[in-house]
Amino acid sequence: MSHATIRLPDHQIELLSAGYRRELAQRRRMALVGFVILMLAVLLSGFVAEVRPGVLFENIGKFTSYFGRIFYLDTGALVFTDIGEWFWGFWKWGKQLIDTLLIAYLGTLFGAIFAFLICFSAAINLTPQAGIRFAARRYLEFCRTVPEIVFALIFVVAFGLGPVPGVLAIMIHTIGALGKLFAEVVENIDMKPVEGIVASGGTRWQSIRYGVLPQVLPNFASYALLRFEINVRGASVMGFVGAGGIGQDLIEAIRKFYYSDVSAILLMIIATVMVIDIATERLRHRLITMEQGR
Amino acid sequence: MIPPRDLFPDRAAVSARHPAIMAGSRRAQIIGWALVALLVALTVLSLSRLEFSFARLGSGLVQLGTFLGLMIPPSPGAQLATFSKALAETVAIAFLGTLLAAILSFPIGFLAARNVMTNRVVQFMTRRFSDSIRGVDTLIWALIWINVVGLGPFAGVLAIMTSDIGSFSKLYSEAIESVDRKPSEGVISTGGSSLHAVRFGIIPAVLPVLISQTLYYFESNTRSATIIGIVGAGGIGLHLAEMIRTFEWDRVAFIILMVLATVALIDFVSSRLRLALVGQRTTPV
Repeated sequence: MSHATIRLPDHQIELLSAGYRRELAQRRRMALVGFVILMLAVLLSGFVAEVRPGVLFENIGKFTSYFGRIFYLDTGALVFTDIGEWFWGFWKWGKQLIDTLLIAYLGTLFGAIFAFLICFSAAINLTPQAGIRFAARRYLEFCRTVPEIVFALIFVVAFGLGPVPGVLAIMIHTIGALGKLFAEVVENIDMKPVEGIVASGGTRWQSIRYGVLPQVLPNFASYALLRFEINVRGASVMGFVGAGGIGQDLIEAIRKFYYSDVSAILLMIIATVMVIDIATERLRHRLITMEQGR
Repeated sequence: MIPPRDLFPDRAAVSARHPAIMAGSRRAQIIGWALVALLVALTVLSLSRLEFSFARLGSGLVQLGTFLGLMIPPSPGAQLATFSKALAETVAIAFLGTLLAAILSFPIGFLAARNVMTNRVVQFMTRRFSDSIRGVDTLIWALIWINVVGLGPFAGVLAIMTSDIGSFSKLYSEAIESVDRKPSEGVISTGGSSLHAVRFGIIPAVLPVLISQTLYYFESNTRSATIIGIVGAGGIGLHLAEMIRTFEWDRVAFIILMVLATVALIDFVSSRLRLALVGQRTTPV
Protein backbone atom coordinates (compact mmCIF):
# COMPACT_ATOMS: atom_id res chain seq x y z
CA MET A 1 0.00 0.00 0.00
CA SER A 2 1.43 3.32 -1.04
CA HIS A 3 1.47 6.32 1.28
CA ALA A 4 0.22 9.62 -0.04
CA THR A 5 1.93 11.51 2.76
CA ILE A 6 4.25 14.27 1.67
CA ARG A 7 7.55 14.07 3.51
CA LEU A 8 9.56 17.22 3.98
CA PRO A 9 13.24 17.16 3.07
CA ASP A 10 15.44 16.11 5.98
CA HIS A 11 17.14 19.44 6.58
CA GLN A 12 13.77 21.17 6.94
CA ILE A 13 12.56 18.53 9.39
CA GLU A 14 15.79 19.06 11.29
CA LEU A 15 15.14 22.80 11.49
CA LEU A 16 11.56 22.34 12.65
CA SER A 17 12.36 19.75 15.27
CA ALA A 18 15.24 21.86 16.57
CA GLY A 19 12.74 24.68 16.99
CA TYR A 20 10.35 22.34 18.74
CA ARG A 21 13.05 21.15 21.11
CA ARG A 22 14.01 24.74 21.84
CA GLU A 23 10.42 25.63 22.69
CA LEU A 24 10.11 22.58 24.91
CA ALA A 25 13.37 23.32 26.71
CA GLN A 26 12.22 26.91 27.20
CA ARG A 27 8.94 25.75 28.72
CA ARG A 28 10.72 23.28 30.98
CA ARG A 29 13.06 26.01 32.17
CA MET A 30 10.11 28.28 32.95
CA ALA A 31 8.36 25.49 34.83
CA LEU A 32 11.52 24.77 36.81
CA VAL A 33 11.99 28.45 37.71
CA GLY A 34 8.32 28.65 38.75
CA PHE A 35 8.70 25.52 40.88
CA VAL A 36 11.82 26.86 42.61
CA ILE A 37 10.07 30.17 43.36
CA LEU A 38 7.06 28.29 44.72
CA MET A 39 9.30 26.16 46.95
CA LEU A 40 11.12 29.22 48.27
CA ALA A 41 7.76 30.85 49.05
CA VAL A 42 6.63 27.68 50.82
CA LEU A 43 9.80 27.52 52.93
CA LEU A 44 9.63 31.22 53.79
CA SER A 45 5.98 31.14 54.76
CA GLY A 46 6.44 27.85 56.57
CA PHE A 47 9.08 29.60 58.66
CA VAL A 48 6.91 32.69 59.27
CA ALA A 49 3.82 30.65 60.15
CA GLU A 50 5.84 28.46 62.54
CA VAL A 51 4.88 25.26 60.76
CA ARG A 52 6.07 22.32 62.79
CA PRO A 53 5.27 19.11 60.95
CA GLY A 54 6.75 17.17 63.86
CA VAL A 55 4.14 18.56 66.22
CA LEU A 56 1.44 17.72 63.71
CA PHE A 57 2.61 14.14 63.32
CA GLU A 58 3.01 13.75 67.06
CA ASN A 59 -0.42 15.11 67.77
CA ILE A 60 -2.39 13.99 64.74
CA GLY A 61 -3.75 11.29 67.04
CA LYS A 62 -5.33 14.11 69.06
CA PHE A 63 -7.24 15.23 65.98
CA THR A 64 -8.80 11.83 65.39
CA SER A 65 -9.20 11.20 69.11
CA TYR A 66 -10.92 14.60 69.40
CA PHE A 67 -13.47 13.40 66.89
CA GLY A 68 -13.69 10.17 68.86
CA ARG A 69 -14.21 11.95 72.15
CA ILE A 70 -16.96 14.27 70.94
CA PHE A 71 -19.03 11.17 70.24
CA TYR A 72 -18.91 9.91 73.84
CA LEU A 73 -21.12 11.08 76.69
CA ASP A 74 -19.74 11.95 80.13
CA THR A 75 -20.85 8.53 81.32
CA GLY A 76 -18.50 6.92 78.78
CA ALA A 77 -21.28 5.57 76.60
CA LEU A 78 -21.45 6.22 72.87
CA VAL A 79 -23.72 9.18 72.09
CA PHE A 80 -25.94 7.11 69.82
CA THR A 81 -27.01 4.93 72.73
CA ASP A 82 -28.78 7.79 74.49
CA ILE A 83 -30.10 10.36 72.04
CA GLY A 84 -32.05 12.13 74.77
CA GLU A 85 -28.93 12.73 76.83
CA TRP A 86 -26.86 13.67 73.76
CA PHE A 87 -29.32 16.30 72.59
CA TRP A 88 -30.33 17.37 76.10
CA GLY A 89 -30.24 21.00 75.00
CA PHE A 90 -32.14 20.46 71.76
CA TRP A 91 -34.78 23.13 72.46
CA LYS A 92 -32.27 25.63 73.82
CA TRP A 93 -29.93 25.14 70.84
CA GLY A 94 -32.89 25.04 68.48
CA LYS A 95 -33.95 28.51 69.67
CA GLN A 96 -30.38 29.75 69.19
CA LEU A 97 -30.35 28.25 65.70
CA ILE A 98 -33.60 30.04 64.85
CA ASP A 99 -32.00 33.26 66.09
CA THR A 100 -29.00 32.48 63.87
CA LEU A 101 -31.28 32.03 60.86
CA LEU A 102 -33.12 35.27 61.66
CA ILE A 103 -29.80 37.13 61.98
CA ALA A 104 -28.78 35.80 58.57
CA TYR A 105 -32.22 36.67 57.15
CA LEU A 106 -32.26 40.26 58.39
CA GLY A 107 -28.63 40.80 57.42
CA THR A 108 -29.25 39.46 53.92
CA LEU A 109 -32.50 41.40 53.45
CA PHE A 110 -31.21 44.80 54.58
CA GLY A 111 -27.89 44.20 52.85
CA ALA A 112 -29.69 43.32 49.61
CA ILE A 113 -31.88 46.45 49.87
CA PHE A 114 -28.86 48.74 50.28
CA ALA A 115 -26.91 46.85 47.61
CA PHE A 116 -29.91 47.34 45.31
CA LEU A 117 -29.91 51.09 45.94
CA ILE A 118 -26.17 51.40 45.32
CA CYS A 119 -25.58 48.96 42.45
CA PHE A 120 -27.00 51.23 39.73
CA SER A 121 -24.47 53.92 40.66
CA ALA A 122 -21.64 51.40 40.32
CA ALA A 123 -22.71 50.16 36.85
CA ILE A 124 -20.95 51.81 33.94
CA ASN A 125 -23.92 51.65 31.55
CA LEU A 126 -26.28 53.54 33.87
CA THR A 127 -23.78 55.86 35.55
CA PRO A 128 -21.37 57.37 33.05
CA GLN A 129 -20.07 59.88 35.64
CA ALA A 130 -16.70 58.43 36.68
CA GLY A 131 -16.69 60.19 40.06
CA ILE A 132 -19.93 58.68 41.37
CA ARG A 133 -19.01 55.28 40.01
CA PHE A 134 -15.57 55.38 41.61
CA ALA A 135 -17.05 56.32 45.00
CA ALA A 136 -19.73 53.61 44.82
CA ARG A 137 -17.23 50.94 43.82
CA ARG A 138 -14.67 51.82 46.48
CA TYR A 139 -17.42 51.84 49.11
CA LEU A 140 -18.61 48.37 48.05
CA GLU A 141 -15.02 47.14 48.05
CA PHE A 142 -14.47 48.40 51.57
CA CYS A 143 -17.64 46.67 52.83
CA ARG A 144 -16.57 43.46 51.14
CA THR A 145 -12.93 43.36 52.17
CA VAL A 146 -13.23 43.96 55.91
CA PRO A 147 -14.32 40.58 57.33
CA GLU A 148 -17.75 40.59 58.96
CA ILE A 149 -16.34 39.35 62.27
CA VAL A 150 -14.26 42.53 62.48
CA PHE A 151 -17.36 44.65 62.00
CA ALA A 152 -19.09 42.49 64.60
CA LEU A 153 -16.28 43.07 67.10
CA ILE A 154 -16.56 46.84 66.66
CA PHE A 155 -20.37 46.83 66.70
CA VAL A 156 -20.48 44.73 69.87
CA VAL A 157 -18.64 47.54 71.61
CA ALA A 158 -20.94 50.20 70.13
CA PHE A 159 -24.35 48.48 70.28
CA GLY A 160 -23.83 46.07 73.17
CA LEU A 161 -23.85 42.27 73.23
CA GLY A 162 -26.60 40.41 71.40
CA PRO A 163 -27.89 39.77 67.90
CA VAL A 164 -28.10 43.47 66.86
CA PRO A 165 -24.37 43.87 66.08
CA GLY A 166 -24.42 40.50 64.31
CA VAL A 167 -27.21 41.61 61.99
CA LEU A 168 -25.47 44.91 61.25
CA ALA A 169 -22.12 43.22 60.58
CA ILE A 170 -23.65 40.71 58.18
CA MET A 171 -25.61 43.51 56.54
CA ILE A 172 -22.49 45.57 55.82
CA HIS A 173 -20.63 42.62 54.38
CA THR A 174 -23.66 41.68 52.27
CA ILE A 175 -23.89 45.22 50.87
CA GLY A 176 -20.35 44.86 49.56
CA ALA A 177 -20.68 41.34 48.20
CA LEU A 178 -24.12 41.70 46.63
CA GLY A 179 -23.53 45.26 45.41
CA LYS A 180 -20.66 44.06 43.25
CA LEU A 181 -22.61 41.11 41.83
CA PHE A 182 -25.71 43.25 41.25
CA ALA A 183 -23.66 45.88 39.43
CA GLU A 184 -22.18 43.19 37.19
CA VAL A 185 -25.67 41.91 36.37
CA VAL A 186 -26.81 45.44 35.54
CA GLU A 187 -23.80 45.94 33.29
CA ASN A 188 -24.77 42.89 31.26
CA ILE A 189 -28.36 43.90 30.44
CA ASP A 190 -29.80 44.69 27.04
CA MET A 191 -29.78 48.51 26.88
CA LYS A 192 -32.49 48.86 24.23
CA PRO A 193 -35.46 49.04 26.65
CA VAL A 194 -33.63 51.68 28.71
CA GLU A 195 -32.84 53.72 25.60
CA GLY A 196 -36.47 53.46 24.53
CA ILE A 197 -37.71 54.82 27.84
CA VAL A 198 -35.17 57.63 27.95
CA ALA A 199 -36.00 58.51 24.31
CA SER A 200 -39.71 58.75 25.11
CA GLY A 201 -39.00 61.13 27.99
CA GLY A 202 -38.70 58.79 30.96
CA THR A 203 -36.79 59.80 34.08
CA ARG A 204 -33.85 57.85 35.48
CA TRP A 205 -36.11 56.14 37.99
CA GLN A 206 -38.61 55.17 35.27
CA SER A 207 -35.88 53.80 33.02
CA ILE A 208 -34.62 51.66 35.90
CA ARG A 209 -38.11 50.55 36.94
CA TYR A 210 -39.40 49.63 33.47
CA GLY A 211 -36.18 49.07 31.51
CA VAL A 212 -33.70 47.47 33.94
CA LEU A 213 -35.66 45.79 36.73
CA PRO A 214 -37.60 43.27 34.62
CA GLN A 215 -34.31 42.06 33.18
CA VAL A 216 -32.33 41.77 36.41
CA LEU A 217 -34.81 40.80 39.13
CA PRO A 218 -34.54 36.99 38.80
CA ASN A 219 -30.74 37.23 38.87
CA PHE A 220 -30.81 39.57 41.88
CA ALA A 221 -33.09 37.17 43.75
CA SER A 222 -30.86 34.24 42.87
CA TYR A 223 -27.71 35.98 44.14
CA ALA A 224 -29.51 37.12 47.30
CA LEU A 225 -30.53 33.52 48.03
CA LEU A 226 -26.95 32.34 47.51
CA ARG A 227 -25.78 35.06 49.88
CA PHE A 228 -28.39 34.00 52.45
CA GLU A 229 -26.89 30.53 52.47
CA ILE A 230 -23.38 31.96 52.99
CA ASN A 231 -24.67 34.30 55.69
CA VAL A 232 -26.24 31.42 57.66
CA ARG A 233 -22.73 30.00 57.94
CA GLY A 234 -21.35 33.40 58.89
CA ALA A 235 -24.08 33.94 61.49
CA SER A 236 -23.26 30.61 63.12
CA VAL A 237 -19.93 32.04 64.34
CA MET A 238 -21.15 35.53 65.24
CA GLY A 239 -21.64 34.27 68.80
CA PHE A 240 -17.86 33.76 69.09
CA VAL A 241 -17.48 37.50 69.59
CA GLY A 242 -20.79 37.94 71.44
CA ALA A 243 -22.91 38.94 68.47
CA GLY A 244 -25.77 36.48 68.96
CA GLY A 245 -26.83 33.07 67.70
CA ILE A 246 -25.64 29.52 68.22
CA GLY A 247 -21.91 30.45 68.15
CA GLN A 248 -22.04 31.44 71.82
CA ASP A 249 -23.08 27.93 72.90
CA LEU A 250 -20.61 26.31 70.51
CA ILE A 251 -17.53 28.21 71.64
CA GLU A 252 -18.50 27.59 75.26
CA ALA A 253 -18.80 23.86 74.62
CA ILE A 254 -15.43 23.75 72.80
CA ARG A 255 -13.59 25.86 75.37
CA LYS A 256 -15.01 24.01 78.37
CA PHE A 257 -14.56 20.56 76.77
CA TYR A 258 -18.25 19.56 76.85
CA TYR A 259 -17.45 16.98 74.20
CA SER A 260 -20.85 15.52 73.42
CA ASP A 261 -22.35 19.03 73.26
CA VAL A 262 -19.80 19.98 70.60
CA SER A 263 -20.87 17.13 68.33
CA ALA A 264 -24.57 17.77 68.98
CA ILE A 265 -24.32 21.50 68.16
CA LEU A 266 -22.06 20.90 65.15
CA LEU A 267 -24.47 18.31 63.77
CA MET A 268 -27.39 20.70 64.23
CA ILE A 269 -25.47 23.46 62.42
CA ILE A 270 -24.41 21.16 59.58
CA ALA A 271 -27.96 19.83 59.18
CA THR A 272 -29.41 23.35 59.11
CA VAL A 273 -26.83 24.55 56.60
CA MET A 274 -27.51 21.53 54.37
CA VAL A 275 -31.29 22.07 54.47
CA ILE A 276 -30.85 25.76 53.62
CA ASP A 277 -28.32 24.78 50.93
CA ILE A 278 -30.77 22.38 49.25
CA ALA A 279 -33.78 24.70 49.63
CA THR A 280 -32.02 27.75 48.18
CA GLU A 281 -30.55 25.64 45.38
CA ARG A 282 -34.06 24.47 44.41
CA LEU A 283 -35.40 28.02 44.51
CA ARG A 284 -32.47 29.35 42.51
CA HIS A 285 -32.90 26.61 39.95
CA ARG A 286 -36.54 27.60 39.51
CA LEU A 287 -35.61 31.26 39.23
CA ILE A 288 -33.01 30.47 36.56
CA THR A 289 -35.38 28.28 34.52
CA MET A 290 -38.01 31.03 34.86
CA GLU A 291 -35.46 33.45 33.48
CA GLN A 292 -34.58 31.18 30.56
CA GLY A 293 -38.22 30.33 29.86
CA ARG A 294 -39.05 33.90 28.94
CA MET B 1 -43.52 64.79 30.16
CA ILE B 2 -46.37 62.41 29.54
CA PRO B 3 -47.24 60.14 32.47
CA PRO B 4 -47.16 56.54 31.24
CA ARG B 5 -50.79 55.96 32.18
CA ASP B 6 -52.05 58.47 29.59
CA LEU B 7 -50.58 56.33 26.85
CA PHE B 8 -53.30 53.77 27.55
CA PRO B 9 -56.58 55.68 27.66
CA ASP B 10 -58.51 52.51 26.78
CA ARG B 11 -56.88 50.26 29.34
CA ALA B 12 -60.25 48.75 30.35
CA ALA B 13 -61.04 47.95 26.74
CA VAL B 14 -57.61 46.37 26.27
CA SER B 15 -58.05 44.09 29.26
CA ALA B 16 -61.52 43.15 28.00
CA ARG B 17 -60.03 42.21 24.64
CA HIS B 18 -57.11 40.19 26.04
CA PRO B 19 -58.43 38.61 29.24
CA ALA B 20 -55.88 35.78 29.21
CA ILE B 21 -52.83 38.08 29.22
CA MET B 22 -54.23 40.44 31.83
CA ALA B 23 -55.36 37.62 34.12
CA GLY B 24 -51.90 36.08 33.89
CA SER B 25 -50.24 39.28 34.98
CA ARG B 26 -52.77 39.67 37.82
CA ARG B 27 -51.85 36.22 39.12
CA ALA B 28 -48.16 37.12 39.05
CA GLN B 29 -49.03 40.35 40.86
CA ILE B 30 -50.88 38.51 43.62
CA ILE B 31 -47.96 36.11 44.09
CA GLY B 32 -45.56 39.02 44.16
CA TRP B 33 -47.55 40.90 46.81
CA ALA B 34 -47.96 37.75 48.89
CA LEU B 35 -44.20 37.26 48.77
CA VAL B 36 -43.57 40.85 49.84
CA ALA B 37 -46.10 40.49 52.68
CA LEU B 38 -44.37 37.32 53.82
CA LEU B 39 -40.94 38.96 53.78
CA VAL B 40 -42.25 41.98 55.71
CA ALA B 41 -43.99 39.79 58.30
CA LEU B 42 -40.82 37.75 58.80
CA THR B 43 -38.80 40.95 59.10
CA VAL B 44 -41.11 42.39 61.76
CA LEU B 45 -41.03 39.10 63.64
CA SER B 46 -37.25 38.90 63.60
CA LEU B 47 -36.79 42.55 64.51
CA SER B 48 -38.87 42.07 67.65
CA ARG B 49 -37.35 38.69 68.50
CA LEU B 50 -33.78 39.92 68.13
CA GLU B 51 -34.55 42.92 70.37
CA PHE B 52 -34.03 45.71 67.87
CA SER B 53 -35.07 49.13 69.11
CA PHE B 54 -34.64 52.66 67.84
CA ALA B 55 -33.16 53.72 71.17
CA ARG B 56 -30.50 51.03 70.95
CA LEU B 57 -29.70 51.73 67.30
CA GLY B 58 -29.55 55.46 67.99
CA SER B 59 -27.22 55.28 70.97
CA GLY B 60 -25.10 52.70 69.13
CA LEU B 61 -24.77 54.96 66.12
CA VAL B 62 -23.71 57.85 68.35
CA GLN B 63 -21.06 55.59 69.94
CA LEU B 64 -19.93 54.46 66.50
CA GLY B 65 -19.56 58.10 65.47
CA THR B 66 -17.30 58.72 68.46
CA PHE B 67 -15.17 55.71 67.56
CA LEU B 68 -14.90 56.89 63.97
CA GLY B 69 -13.74 60.28 65.23
CA LEU B 70 -11.10 58.62 67.39
CA MET B 71 -9.91 56.52 64.42
CA ILE B 72 -8.58 59.62 62.68
CA PRO B 73 -5.69 59.84 62.17
CA PRO B 74 -4.85 56.11 62.00
CA SER B 75 -1.56 55.38 63.73
CA PRO B 76 0.29 52.23 64.72
CA GLY B 77 1.61 53.74 67.95
CA ALA B 78 4.87 52.02 68.85
CA GLN B 79 3.76 48.68 67.45
CA LEU B 80 4.46 49.00 63.73
CA ALA B 81 6.99 46.14 63.80
CA THR B 82 4.62 43.85 65.72
CA PHE B 83 1.77 44.55 63.34
CA SER B 84 3.95 44.03 60.25
CA LYS B 85 5.18 40.70 61.55
CA ALA B 86 1.64 39.61 62.33
CA LEU B 87 0.52 40.65 58.85
CA ALA B 88 3.33 38.64 57.25
CA GLU B 89 2.20 35.72 59.36
CA THR B 90 -1.34 36.21 58.07
CA VAL B 91 -0.23 36.11 54.44
CA ALA B 92 1.92 33.06 55.13
CA ILE B 93 -1.04 31.29 56.75
CA ALA B 94 -3.27 32.05 53.77
CA PHE B 95 -0.60 30.96 51.27
CA LEU B 96 0.27 27.67 52.93
CA GLY B 97 -3.35 26.86 53.76
CA THR B 98 -4.45 27.44 50.17
CA LEU B 99 -1.55 25.47 48.71
CA LEU B 100 -1.98 22.47 51.00
CA ALA B 101 -5.73 22.45 50.40
CA ALA B 102 -5.20 22.60 46.64
CA ILE B 103 -2.76 19.67 46.72
CA LEU B 104 -5.01 17.54 48.92
CA SER B 105 -8.21 18.42 47.06
CA PHE B 106 -6.81 17.53 43.65
CA PRO B 107 -7.35 13.76 44.04
CA ILE B 108 -10.56 14.30 46.04
CA GLY B 109 -11.97 16.37 43.18
CA PHE B 110 -11.51 13.41 40.83
CA LEU B 111 -13.14 11.05 43.32
CA ALA B 112 -16.16 13.34 43.53
CA ALA B 113 -16.52 13.83 39.76
CA ARG B 114 -19.27 11.79 38.15
CA ASN B 115 -17.48 11.35 34.82
CA VAL B 116 -14.26 9.98 36.37
CA MET B 117 -15.49 8.06 39.41
CA THR B 118 -17.81 5.41 38.06
CA ASN B 119 -18.38 3.96 41.51
CA ARG B 120 -21.51 5.85 42.62
CA VAL B 121 -21.08 5.03 46.32
CA VAL B 122 -17.55 6.46 46.49
CA GLN B 123 -18.61 9.50 44.49
CA PHE B 124 -21.63 10.14 46.72
CA MET B 125 -19.66 9.67 49.95
CA THR B 126 -16.94 12.04 48.76
CA ARG B 127 -19.55 14.67 47.94
CA ARG B 128 -21.21 14.41 51.36
CA PHE B 129 -17.77 14.48 53.02
CA SER B 130 -16.87 17.76 51.38
CA ASP B 131 -20.37 19.14 52.11
CA SER B 132 -19.94 18.44 55.81
CA ILE B 133 -16.53 20.12 55.85
CA ARG B 134 -18.00 23.16 54.17
CA GLY B 135 -20.86 23.31 56.69
CA VAL B 136 -18.36 24.14 59.44
CA ASP B 137 -16.89 27.64 59.46
CA THR B 138 -13.12 28.31 59.33
CA LEU B 139 -13.21 29.74 62.86
CA ILE B 140 -14.64 26.49 64.23
CA TRP B 141 -11.95 24.49 62.44
CA ALA B 142 -9.35 26.81 63.97
CA LEU B 143 -10.70 26.07 67.46
CA ILE B 144 -10.54 22.34 66.80
CA TRP B 145 -6.98 22.47 65.40
CA ILE B 146 -5.83 24.54 68.37
CA ASN B 147 -6.69 21.50 70.48
CA VAL B 148 -4.33 19.45 68.33
CA VAL B 149 -1.24 21.60 67.62
CA GLY B 150 -1.66 24.29 70.26
CA LEU B 151 -2.15 28.04 69.91
CA GLY B 152 -0.31 29.77 67.07
CA PRO B 153 -0.25 30.26 63.32
CA PHE B 154 0.21 26.58 62.50
CA ALA B 155 -3.32 25.90 63.75
CA GLY B 156 -4.44 28.69 61.41
CA VAL B 157 -2.75 27.05 58.42
CA LEU B 158 -4.49 23.77 59.19
CA ALA B 159 -7.86 25.52 59.70
CA ILE B 160 -7.67 27.35 56.36
CA MET B 161 -6.57 24.10 54.73
CA THR B 162 -9.45 22.08 56.17
CA SER B 163 -12.21 24.48 55.29
CA ASP B 164 -10.73 24.99 51.80
CA ILE B 165 -10.64 21.26 51.14
CA GLY B 166 -14.43 21.37 51.34
CA SER B 167 -14.72 24.23 48.85
CA PHE B 168 -11.97 23.06 46.48
CA SER B 169 -13.29 19.50 46.26
CA LYS B 170 -16.64 20.88 45.15
CA LEU B 171 -15.21 23.43 42.69
CA TYR B 172 -12.66 20.99 41.26
CA SER B 173 -15.17 18.19 40.77
CA GLU B 174 -17.55 20.59 39.03
CA ALA B 175 -14.76 21.74 36.72
CA ILE B 176 -13.85 18.12 35.98
CA GLU B 177 -17.47 17.21 35.28
CA SER B 178 -17.90 20.05 32.81
CA VAL B 179 -14.82 19.07 30.77
CA ASP B 180 -15.19 18.05 27.12
CA ARG B 181 -15.41 14.23 26.87
CA LYS B 182 -13.92 13.88 23.40
CA PRO B 183 -10.21 13.95 24.35
CA SER B 184 -10.59 11.17 26.93
CA GLU B 185 -12.72 9.13 24.52
CA GLY B 186 -9.93 9.54 21.98
CA VAL B 187 -7.34 8.31 24.45
CA ILE B 188 -9.49 5.28 25.35
CA SER B 189 -10.19 4.47 21.70
CA THR B 190 -6.47 4.33 20.90
CA GLY B 191 -5.96 1.79 23.67
CA GLY B 192 -5.19 3.96 26.69
CA SER B 193 -6.25 2.98 30.18
CA SER B 194 -8.63 5.10 32.22
CA LEU B 195 -5.66 6.58 34.07
CA HIS B 196 -4.21 7.61 30.70
CA ALA B 197 -7.57 9.20 29.89
CA VAL B 198 -7.40 11.24 33.09
CA ARG B 199 -3.77 12.22 32.56
CA PHE B 200 -3.96 13.16 28.86
CA GLY B 201 -7.67 13.75 28.32
CA ILE B 202 -8.83 15.60 31.44
CA ILE B 203 -5.91 17.15 33.33
CA PRO B 204 -4.63 19.38 30.48
CA ALA B 205 -8.15 20.77 30.07
CA VAL B 206 -8.96 21.39 33.74
CA LEU B 207 -5.58 22.46 35.11
CA PRO B 208 -5.88 26.12 34.04
CA VAL B 209 -9.38 26.33 35.55
CA LEU B 210 -8.23 24.77 38.81
CA ILE B 211 -5.19 27.06 39.09
CA SER B 212 -7.29 30.10 38.44
CA GLN B 213 -9.89 29.10 41.06
CA THR B 214 -7.13 28.42 43.58
CA LEU B 215 -5.64 31.87 42.99
CA TYR B 216 -9.06 33.44 43.58
CA TYR B 217 -9.23 31.62 46.89
CA PHE B 218 -5.78 32.80 47.91
CA GLU B 219 -7.14 36.33 48.04
CA SER B 220 -10.27 35.42 49.97
CA ASN B 221 -8.23 33.27 52.34
CA THR B 222 -6.06 36.25 53.20
CA ARG B 223 -9.25 37.85 54.45
CA SER B 224 -10.18 34.72 56.45
CA ALA B 225 -6.65 34.53 57.84
CA THR B 226 -7.01 38.05 59.27
CA ILE B 227 -9.76 36.87 61.59
CA ILE B 228 -8.65 33.46 62.82
CA GLY B 229 -6.31 35.26 65.19
CA ILE B 230 -9.43 36.23 67.14
CA VAL B 231 -9.62 32.68 68.51
CA GLY B 232 -5.83 32.42 68.90
CA ALA B 233 -4.76 30.81 65.64
CA GLY B 234 -2.10 33.34 64.64
CA GLY B 235 -1.97 36.36 62.40
CA ILE B 236 -3.09 39.96 62.73
CA GLY B 237 -6.54 39.08 64.12
CA LEU B 238 -5.24 38.70 67.66
CA HIS B 239 -3.90 42.27 67.67
CA LEU B 240 -7.00 43.60 65.97
CA ALA B 241 -9.33 42.05 68.57
CA GLU B 242 -7.07 43.26 71.38
CA MET B 243 -6.98 46.83 70.06
CA ILE B 244 -10.79 46.84 69.69
CA ARG B 245 -11.28 45.54 73.24
CA THR B 246 -8.92 48.16 74.68
CA PHE B 247 -10.48 51.00 72.61
CA GLU B 248 -7.25 51.89 70.78
CA TRP B 249 -9.26 53.11 67.81
CA ASP B 250 -6.42 54.78 65.90
CA ARG B 251 -4.56 51.45 65.91
CA VAL B 252 -7.70 49.58 64.87
CA ALA B 253 -8.02 51.90 61.87
CA PHE B 254 -4.34 51.43 61.04
CA ILE B 255 -4.59 47.63 61.15
CA ILE B 256 -7.72 47.67 58.97
CA LEU B 257 -5.94 49.90 56.43
CA MET B 258 -2.95 47.55 56.46
CA VAL B 259 -5.22 44.59 55.80
CA LEU B 260 -7.03 46.42 52.98
CA ALA B 261 -3.72 47.32 51.33
CA THR B 262 -2.42 43.76 51.65
CA VAL B 263 -5.59 42.24 50.22
CA ALA B 264 -5.50 44.70 47.32
CA LEU B 265 -1.84 43.82 46.68
CA ILE B 266 -2.56 40.09 46.72
CA ASP B 267 -5.56 40.60 44.47
CA PHE B 268 -3.28 42.42 42.01
CA VAL B 269 -0.53 39.79 42.16
CA SER B 270 -2.92 36.86 41.85
CA SER B 271 -4.75 38.36 38.88
CA ARG B 272 -1.40 39.01 37.16
CA LEU B 273 -0.35 35.43 37.88
CA ARG B 274 -3.69 34.17 36.62
CA LEU B 275 -3.21 36.05 33.37
CA ALA B 276 0.34 34.79 32.96
CA LEU B 277 -0.43 31.15 33.75
CA VAL B 278 -3.87 30.75 32.32
CA GLY B 279 -4.49 33.48 29.80
CA GLN B 280 -7.64 35.54 29.66
CA ARG B 281 -10.08 32.96 28.46
CA THR B 282 -10.90 31.17 31.70
CA THR B 283 -12.90 33.31 34.07
CA PRO B 284 -14.56 31.05 36.63
CA VAL B 285 -17.39 32.34 38.74
